[in-house]
Parts: sequence; structure tokens; C-alpha cells
Amino acid sequence: MSGPERTLRAASAIVGVADAASPTGELDLHGRALEAAMVKEALDDAGLELSDVDGVCHAESSMAVAEYLGVHPRFTESTMTGGSSFEVHVEHAAAAIAAGLCEVVVGVYAATPRSDRTQGRPSRRRLPAGPNPAAEWEWPFGLRMPMGPYAMAASRHMARFGTTSEQLAQIAVSTREWASRNPRARYQSPLSVKEVLDSPLQCAPLHLLDCCLVTDGAGAFVLTSAARAKDLARPPVYVLGAATAHDHMMISQMPDLCVTPGAVCGPRAFAMAGIAPADVDVLMGYDSFTITALLHLEDLGFCAKGEGGPFVEDGKTGPGGSLPMNTNGGGLSYTHPGMYGMFLLVEAVRQLRGECGPRQVDGAEIAVAHGSGMVLSCMSTTVLGTEATLG
Amino acid sequence: MISSPRPVEPPVGEASAPFWEATRAKRLVVQWCTACERPIFYPREVCPVCLGSSLEWRDSQGRGRIDAFTVEHRPQPSFADEPYVIALVDLADGVRMMTNIVGCRPEEVRVGMEVVVSWEPLTDGRNLAVFGPAPETRAGGAR
Repeated sequence: MSGPERTLRAASAIVGVADAASPTGELDLHGRALEAAMVKEALDDAGLELSDVDGVCHAESSMAVAEYLGVHPRFTESTMTGGSSFEVHVEHAAAAIAAGLCEVVVGVYAATPRSDRTQGRPSRRRLPAGPNPAAEWEWPFGLRMPMGPYAMAASRHMARFGTTSEQLAQIAVSTREWASRNPRARYQSPLSVKEVLDSPLQCAPLHLLDCCLVTDGAGAFVLTSAARAKDLARPPVYVLGAATAHDHMMISQMPDLCVTPGAVCGPRAFAMAGIAPADVDVLMGYDSFTITALLHLEDLGFCAKGEGGPFVEDGKTGPGGSLPMNTNGGGLSYTHPGMYGMFLLVEAVRQLRGECGPRQVDGAEIAVAHGSGMVLSCMSTTVLGTEATLG
Repeated sequence: MISSPRPVEPPVGEASAPFWEATRAKRLVVQWCTACERPIFYPREVCPVCLGSSLEWRDSQGRGRIDAFTVEHRPQPSFADEPYVIALVDLADGVRMMTNIVGCRPEEVRVGMEVVVSWEPLTDGRNLAVFGPAPETRAGGAR
């Protein structure tokens, strides 16, 4: 293969990661202190120092976090696409490193919605400033955010393809099986399809257990050039492909509720990496809701459009299955602080380094982190690979 | 029932004053680009296809089909006292809008169901477009 999209392949590598989550759903630290702890842990993991950092990514303000850390970066990145922000940051940082703009980039995220509530800290959630079409054309109708839009997508998928609540529930069940192997997961006890279906309907057709958690969580990654990555503390995890696409902001503007922009960026990222879906050993597919993960499976090409329900039915995304998905327990059972994409990257890297203990996927060489932002609005796909995939 | 008045009433956006003025007479209007000969929703200052500004307002047929919906089973007490339906309706005019489905029980609502506009008063004299089952649907008729 050739072409300009090929240029990011293996130009950079993730060399350090960190994340924080707890079975209690709460963390002791919050705010910048939590972010700083994550940056320190990820740099230690890489064997790098703060003084090595010349690029900073943060989904709210790379300037504010860089100031707090005392970093004076020459690459700064604050793209905010919701939960997929971190995959976008990796893409942009990989491009910047490939172009020689910078060499060591740190991305960081922390949010503590659960302890903010129990500790009575002010919520960081803000309404968007300025004219807002949603206030005029969506908010008056009482659609709960973000669950309502996903429920609409599920209703459309069910009507068009015959997808069932049992099939969606199986995604939650298979994900919980992974969570039972992660001692830091919020929920670790086994789950049945019946329990999902018996959990209270929220926005029909979604039940409570079709929905992600609300927990504290934080994470960080360190990305550097392939050349510099060779001599650091851990085996490099190379960025083989990266692509992003968005096609709406509000759910009422989504062109087709059954097809996410992942159908655009997924194949682009795979093409850049030179891989096919069958080459993927671990899929970290953003699971804000069960329907979200199902749509990724179709849009990334693991099954045909409309066949996601039958595809997941036999539990093949769980432990021992042919497509290990969300091996940390996902947003459904591990942690979900609001923008979960950071945890997709961290787990993908750990799987490729063979560090995942009882949930390790044997011989994992290629992992995909597929982020989803806002209301199925912005997808970003990162294809990661070990040294062995570079040949 | 959904509360009246609603806790959230829509503001009038920069480009949508004619839309809201028409609702005072219970008329549903849709913005069109006269260059592209395409409907536009939500209203804008320019056409999202050609960026041209030769736009006009045309009466909607006021009927459409449900593309997707959800039933909110845990309403905010300020919004409603029982489960209610939020839907995306594809108008016959060629645009999609969010709305509530009223005039039938939530369990009767289906994707693909034909619906017609009805109006719910806002506090300032404007009306909010909501939709209910089309009469012929109830009679089991065609269209």
C-alpha cells in the first residue's frame, strides 16, 4: 500500500501509560493533583522525566494543565470531541511527532463525578456558551442526555435489523466476564442476560445495565518517536494507524442512526496500519452503552451491518472468545468517569505488553482503541501494534 | 402527561424567527434553499450544502414517519408524571426533527409509524410542534 495516509505508520509509539480506578468507584485525589499523579506514573512507566516532555494533550485545556505541571510545550493539543478526545490526541500527536514538531507528548485526563457528589465538590459540568441549536431543537422535548440518543439508535437498529434486547444484554454479560478478572473493576460479580433485562428500563429500550457506570477515573499516556522509543523502560507499542471522523453534533442531525462515523475512520485507520479486522487480537471499543459497542463491531467491519446482534450472541467478545473486547471490563463494568477513551488506550497498551494477568489475551500483537464521542458523533480509531507487527 | 408549561421552552435562534412566528398560527414551516432546491433543518443563515443565502420558508405538509424513538421511563418530576415518548420524525418535506409523540400510549409507538403535527402552547404565544398518530394509521388505511 502507498499514499499519504501511510506516513503515520510506526512513526511513534506509546511508551508509558497509567490509569486509576477503584471498586468503590471513588478515588482519593481529584482535579489537577490527580492529573499530575497520572502524568508522573506514566512518565515513570516510560523511564522518562517531566523535563523530557515537549508536548501536552488535554481535552479541556492543555495550557492550564501544562502551566500546573510546569511544562513549556512546543506542541499543544486541546481537541475536545467527548469520549474520543484521547484517540484524537494520539492521532494528532503522532502526526506532530512524524513531522518533527515535538518528541515526547503526554496526554492526561481525570474526572471524579462520583466523589464530587459524595464530597459536595462543585460540578465541573458547564453548559456550552453562545447560540446552541440543541436548546432550541432538542432540549424542549425532554430527551435525557446522553442516554436518550443511544436509546433512539437502539430502537432504530431493532426495527431495521431485528436486534433484540437479549443480544444487547449479552454485550454487558461478556464485558462483566472480563471485569471479573480485573481487581480494580467497579463491578466484578457475574451477570446474566436475565439480570440485565430485569434491571429497570431507563430510556427504552435500554435498561440500567445496558448503561455505563458513573465513577471516578483518570489516566495518562506518553507518546514518543519510534527512534526514541527503542531505548526506554518498556517495550514500545507502535501507533500503526489513526483516523477520526464526525458527522453530527446533535442526535437529530445524525445522518443514519444505524451507521456511525466509525464506518469512515475505522477502515481508514485499518488501511493505514495495513490490517484487516481478522488481524485484531484485542478490540477496545467504547462502550458507553451496549448499543454503542454493537455499532462499533459493525462499522469497523468485524461483522456486516445489521449482524451485530447475532455476532455477539454466542459470547465471542468475552474471555476465550474469538474477539476479545473491552478486556478491562469496559465502561459498563470497569470505570466510566465521563470521557472513557483514555482507558481504551491504556488497556490496549497493557495487553500488547502482556501485563494483564488473568485477563491477558495470549499472544496479543495488534489492538484497536476505538473512541466514541458525544452522541455517536465523533469516532476516532487508533491501531496499536507490538514490535513484531512492524516487519 | 408532559407538564404544561414545560420546564424548558425553546429560545428563538438567530435564523429561526420566521419558524416560530408561524407557530403562533399553528403553521409548520420549513426553510428551503432556492438555489439547491433542498429543505434545511434546523434553520440557518446559509444553506449547509452551497453556503448560499437565498433561502425561503415554505409550508410543511405537517406529516411524517417515525425514524427512531425512546420511551423515558424515569421522567424528571418537573417534566412529566408518567413515561413519555421522544422521537425523531422524518417529515414528508424531507427533513428530520426531534419531537414528542402524543395522543397514543407509549407502547403503541413504532418505528415507521405515520404521524401528523399537533400543537402545544408555549407561554409566549408560540406553539411547540409535537406529533400524534396519523388518522389513517389508526384506521389501518393506506399511505
